[in-house]
Amino acid sequence: MKPFDRLLRRPRPDITIPETHLIRADRRLFLRGGLVAAGSLALGGCDLSDNPQVESILGGISRLNDRVQGALFGSTRLAPTFDVADITPDFPFNAYYPASKIRVIDGSTWKLELAGLVSDKAPWTLDRLRTLPQEAQITRHVCVEGWSAIGQWSGVPFRTFLERIGADTTARYVRFACGDDYWTSIDMPSALHPQTILALDYAGAPLPPKYGFPVKLRIPTKLGFKNPKHIMAITVTNDYPGGYWEDQGYNWFSGL
Amino acid sequence: MHPPSPRAERPIHPLVVRITHWVNALAMLIMITSGWRIYNASPIFGDWAFPKAITLGGWLGGALQWHFAGMWLLVANGLVYLTYGLASGHLRRRLTPLRPREIAHDFVAALKFRLPHDPGVYNAVQRLLYVAVLLIGIVIVLSGLAIWKPVQFAPLTALLGGYDTARIVHFLAMTGIAGFVAVHLALVLLVPKTLPTMIIGREPHLGRNHVVKP
Ligand code: HEM
Repeated sequence: MKPFDRLLRRPRPDITIPETHLIRADRRLFLRGGLVAAGSLALGGCDLSDNPQVESILGGISRLNDRVQGALFGSTRLAPTFDVADITPDFPFNAYYPASKIRVIDGSTWKLELAGLVSDKAPWTLDRLRTLPQEAQITRHVCVEGWSAIGQWSGVPFRTFLERIGADTTARYVRFACGDDYWTSIDMPSALHPQTILALDYAGAPLPPKYGFPVKLRIPTKLGFKNPKHIMAITVTNDYPGGYWEDQGYNWFSGL
Repeated sequence: MHPPSPRAERPIHPLVVRITHWVNALAMLIMITSGWRIYNASPIFGDWAFPKAITLGGWLGGALQWHFAGMWLLVANGLVYLTYGLASGHLRRRLTPLRPREIAHDFVAALKFRLPHDPGVYNAVQRLLYVAVLLIGIVIVLSGLAIWKPVQFAPLTALLGGYDTARIVHFLAMTGIAGFVAVHLALVLLVPKTLPTMIIGREPHLGRNHVVKP
């Protein structure tokens, strides 16, 4: 046992989920602004971020940080991998909604739609995805909230898939639209990273709904919210697609 | 032509040190208060969280934006201070030597409030505190990098005991700096004449020498 492990509280879904709800409430509150700002100046719970000028400066620095992270990103540098014994028991569920709202998608009618700079846009069934080469990984999922957990995913290397559908791999972005009304996007170099996979399985069995059935993007070089679940459509594009959290202020690149 | 005024005398604290000191104070304030909000999103120690009123950013996303903007200010300013301090001999001259016997002697004297304060000369306890906080500053930046980029800087993260342990190291470093600031501010309150020296570089010439502008 590592010296500080005992101090660590295991991430608990019931703790982390309310946070994502609070965030939205917080956000509305602080957008309401003025009243709060009238309080104290430097601190005192006052949200300097509320000021449009401050918000635009911080947004600009966040975009600068996107570029710094893009430059820092090693396209062949691998995320550390772990042993089966390191896997976090009861890997936490986390989303912008509580566990009671988990979407259950019918795998027999589900089809993965393709759009944008792709030459073969024919939708994919789950069975067809299973015919592609599969790869497994045990890696650390790091949440933007600070907790982390180790899990085991397997599925199709995303590079293989992009090549198979004739995607323009010189395009800048890949956008994911999800069955839970979530969406996000990643940069092409990260999409082509050898550990980025279209995960079909968790711990050797088909993904349960809480982990994103039927398909989830597992990208261990990025924070958890860049690992969309229940993927319904993939778009390859040069137009910045943003994302559910990114549009609210989370850093877009969010690389690890 | 006019004769050199007494103001041209060498400042007690060099200008670079004064500027970087106050920029650092601002950067630390931003980093620590936004860091508290980030901590609250997923507390490490039980369910203990920082009161929201003393945090910066409003929500997790806002706090992260402050934190990853403030880090550039903190690091750039820290590099200016360290480069200047090493190149000019300021660090060696003002912050060394660190001899246990002197530290013990000055510590006891300080507890008895019998420690004289000469402008621009740090006593042994002060030197120890300053060197310690500078080292903790380096630890907080390195552990921050380790948890920001645990893949790109994987060897650094491993050196700090892995992602979860590095997170605790980062937190403990914050505690060390916050503890330093508490002692530091208490000492400034006890010896308030040091404050103007850190702002204008000298003690205010009260009574003599003051210029009345028309
Ligand atoms: C508003 C808060 C602060 C005040 C009022 C303050 C005040 C002072 C004063 C008056 C001195 C000169 C002491 C003397 O001449 O004996 C000093 C030096 C110093 N302070 Fe602060 N300080 C503050 C915040 C900080 C913070 C946040 C840090 C670091 C985390 C820090 C680190 C230092 C260091 C390292 C020195 C020695 C600098 C050198 O000579 O190179 N201070 N401070």
